[in-house]
Amino acid sequence: MRDVAVVGFAQRQMTDFDGSPTCVELLVPIFAECYEQTGWTRKDVGFWCSGSSDYLAGRSFSFVSAIDSIGVLPPVNESHVEMDAAWALYEAWLKIQMGEVDTAIVFGFGKSSAGQLRRTLALQLDPYTMTPLWPDTVSLAGLQARLGIDAGRWDEAAMAEVVNRSLTDAEKNEYAVRSGGSSIEDLLARPLYADPLRKHDCAPVTDGAAAIVLAADDRAREVRDRPAWISGIAHNTDGLQLGTRDLTRSGSAERAAAAVGGLGGVEVAELHAPFSHQELLLRDALGLAGDTRINPSGGPLAGNPMFTGGAIRIGEAARRVWDGTADRVLGHATSGPALQQNLVCVMDSATSGGR
Amino acid sequence: MSRTLQAPVTVAFDYTRSTGPVLGRFLTGLHDRRVVGGVLADGRVAVPPPEFDPTTHEPVTEFADVGESGTVTSWTWVSEPVKGQPLDRPFAFALVTLDGADTPLLHAVAVDSPEAMATGMRVRARWAEEPTGGINDLAWFEPESADAGPSPTPADSLEEDLTGIITPVSLDYSYAASPEESAFFRGLAEGRIVGQRCPQCTKVYVPPRSACPVDGIPTEEEVELAHTGTVTTFCIVNVPFLGQQIDPPYVSAYILLDGADIALQHLILDIPAEEVRMGMRVTAVWKPREEWTTSVENISHFAPADEPDADYETYRHHL
Repeated sequence: MRDVAVVGFAQRQMTDFDGSPTCVELLVPIFAECYEQTGWTRKDVGFWCSGSSDYLAGRSFSFVSAIDSIGVLPPVNESHVEMDAAWALYEAWLKIQMGEVDTAIVFGFGKSSAGQLRRTLALQLDPYTMTPLWPDTVSLAGLQARLGIDAGRWDEAAMAEVVNRSLTDAEKNEYAVRSGGSSIEDLLARPLYADPLRKHDCAPVTDGAAAIVLAADDRAREVRDRPAWISGIAHNTDGLQLGTRDLTRSGSAERAAAAVGGLGGVEVAELHAPFSHQELLLRDALGLAGDTRINPSGGPLAGNPMFTGGAIRIGEAARRVWDGTADRVLGHATSGPALQQNLVCVMDSATSGGR
Repeated sequence: MSRTLQAPVTVAFDYTRSTGPVLGRFLTGLHDRRVVGGVLADGRVAVPPPEFDPTTHEPVTEFADVGESGTVTSWTWVSEPVKGQPLDRPFAFALVTLDGADTPLLHAVAVDSPEAMATGMRVRARWAEEPTGGINDLAWFEPESADAGPSPTPADSLEEDLTGIITPVSLDYSYAASPEESAFFRGLAEGRIVGQRCPQCTKVYVPPRSACPVDGIPTEEEVELAHTGTVTTFCIVNVPFLGQQIDPPYVSAYILLDGADIALQHLILDIPAEEVRMGMRVTAVWKPREEWTTSVENISHFAPADEPDADYETYRHHL
């Protein structure tokens, strides 16, 4: 295996992007930041991979238009996934492991505000027995939250604690769409939105984009003193049918964590939990220790641009290695209804050879 | 003024889907007002029946009818329903485990308030008046205790299992042009054709782009373009299609406006289709000024200009 690290990260998050759904004009300055962080030009980038969705953009081949933001003469080596850009990062990591390239930029973008997000996402469900009912994302999360409450796996107070901690931490995040902690009592006194969920239990509808720079071996060492070396990366999925899943647990998150040899020693974890109870569920499923610092960025409850929210978790976690806050971190991403698909990316300050 | 022009757009299309033996059986059952489950390898009955057993991954081939009443195993309140949901007033989505089934079905429960919902409550199916062979043939569930009046008269059973369904999809967007495209459309509302120049390669794009696709940097300097140009390539449309506004045959062409480095697609009219040719010089024909909006349709079409054809060398790099 080659040593591959996260060495660059740039992001934007906002409630309403006053621009086109292909986000070309948003991506141009984000790539400029990546070039500034690395000292590269686009000719130093061996592979480009993006995550986005035409359903979100309301137009076909929106990812092709987005490529204008790269500049493609001579043509670039490029690919796309209709998933969160965290899965694009997985593809890029594989491309580097194959020895085909040494460097890559992974990016995601989405303008959730162009349509009605919780409705648009009904199109990722089983098209025969679910989509025709247009079950919105918030409702599906509400069903999951109540199952866990009824089973005694979490309660509304624990959910409010997640919200309070996230929004307090978000005060330090310049990109946060929502921030400002409160008291648990205050939060629990607010009205229910999708019983048992309150609005603050649900990630805000967010527009945005992000890019992550990957580099192998010495290319990574040239960029940073402390690259965030990827020591384990895996993803897994649960079945299509909600009824045959135990929604109070996440088998796919458990299997992804097991595939990287467990998550012992992780000091900081950025978890992609778009609903407060999902953070509690994931902490268990991933087997995180009690003293693991979770979502110091404020997490998805402070801002969750579609197709970018998971990649941002990896970028935020990597930053804690770069700045010396932590030696071992986790970036987690999810996709699909009620945490159907989960990806874990463990990063260390030392390469596996040096550990 | 907003930085960008925005307009409502609806994207709608029908998916035609084949159902296969498992879902076909389930949907045929719903049409006939029966709920059909699939028997899993461990003996449990799953509703809806999965095509493959989630544990063994073997095809599901055994079926069992389950009851049309069941127990709510989880629920949530939909305070702001969205278009297409089973009810257009606030309602509950629930996981309902039907009598005789071992896995819950997702569906709506029609009650007036969240206070009327509880985990463990009993509900029964309310069937749609006119079955169509889809999940919506089960209109929603209602509390078993409620006096909802008689069920609609059963429809005639289908003689054979359904093999296909049509599922319509319709999504509404507020579509935004980029700031650069917005400048182009605003120019058209004033009778101007506006392009922008890439500061690096100096190519002029029309409509202008948020980034030069060659250099990846924003086009900046605004350039007003001539209303005359050269046909670089074209096609004669002979095929009628949905939404067509001109009777075929007619010509759709790429027109390289004088001063631009990329061709604009538009119509060539006022000349028999068979006489249109590469290199032909054309000029924009605008609609009457009072009909102008921020649209490329302000230019009705392009028509032959009274000029000799352009030399091939002047446009060969733009093919």
